[in-house]
Amino acid sequence: MFPRMTSATALRIEVNGEPREVAEGATVADLLAALGLAAPKVAVERNLEIVPRSAWAATRLAPGDRLEVVHFIGGG
Amino acid sequence: MPDDGLPLGDDSWTVAGRRFRSRLIVGTGRYRDLEETARAIEASGAEIVTVAVRRVNLSDASAPMLQDFVPPDRYTYLPNTAGCHTAQDAVRTLRLAREAGGWNLVKLEVLGPPPFLYPDMKATLEAAEALVKDGFEVMVYCADDPVAAKRLEEMGCVAIMPLGSPIGSGLGISNPFMIQSIVQQSEVPVLVDAGIGTASEAAQAMELGCEAVLLNSAIAHARDPVRMAVAMKHAVIAGRAAYLAGRMPRSGAADPSSPLSGLIR
Repeated sequence: MFPRMTSATALRIEVNGEPREVAEGATVADLLAALGLAAPKVAVERNLEIVPRSAWAATRLAPGDRLEVVHFIGGG
Repeated sequence: MPDDGLPLGDDSWTVAGRRFRSRLIVGTGRYRDLEETARAIEASGAEIVTVAVRRVNLSDASAPMLQDFVPPDRYTYLPNTAGCHTAQDAVRTLRLAREAGGWNLVKLEVLGPPPFLYPDMKATLEAAEALVKDGFEVMVYCADDPVAAKRLEEMGCVAIMPLGSPIGSGLGISNPFMIQSIVQQSEVPVLVDAGIGTASEAAQAMELGCEAVLLNSAIAHARDPVRMAVAMKHAVIAGRAAYLAGRMPRSGAADPSSPLSGLIR
């Protein structure tokens, strides 16, 4: 017998160059919450397109998505 | 002229319609820690600070962030494209910066390969064009090349920032004549960006007529960064005053200050 799936199917995505899994239906906002990142400090790019903060909650992640989550650090 | 409450007649300068009193822009990189960054920047009197855009460390999202030590409501953040070697990467980086902070005023730099990291002017011109078209206000790091500087100005860049010498080299202003030539031909602010190693070199940039100076390593890599930040603050003020005062002519022969009449015999 196959084991029962107890949670939603996971999607494989890549965040800042690292593979990650998120639940199917997860949004950018869900991902950031899971990562513990606060809104005023980061910006998100998905497959080379900026995801505006106002669209985080409505943007669902898809298999194979490549995300960049960036912030400001010291620099000259 | 923008009305931002500063007293009229003071020696402030304007870039992209924003007025600033301090003519020193400092980087926020290469310090020992964020506490030292904050203390040095405060001591410098700078109102604008450059910042880099990088991936968040996902394994430690609660790590202290620059904003907690250098608050963006107190300092004007000038996001840079440090580390970008193509126009595409630079434009992409600044679009992310605009999204992260909502700032249109940016520092563009597109660099050639080590060991000089000299500005790649072909890529810089390409990126500047795309950014200006996209509504950015571009302060641009560039070669000390008056032809390229003029093109960048005509393209709509809001400040021209030729290097004094290679980034982080501390070699000072290797071609003061070209810096002065760019200052004289430009109708937007010219800043020396990169190469300043000590206070006299920051003063020299201002004596050449620059509107302001941008530096980072000269403070961060000094033995005592906070003290060097104070020195740079005064150097920029002194250099600016000397420029406005107008230096005396150089002469190949002595010209004594004391009267030659009335000498004892």
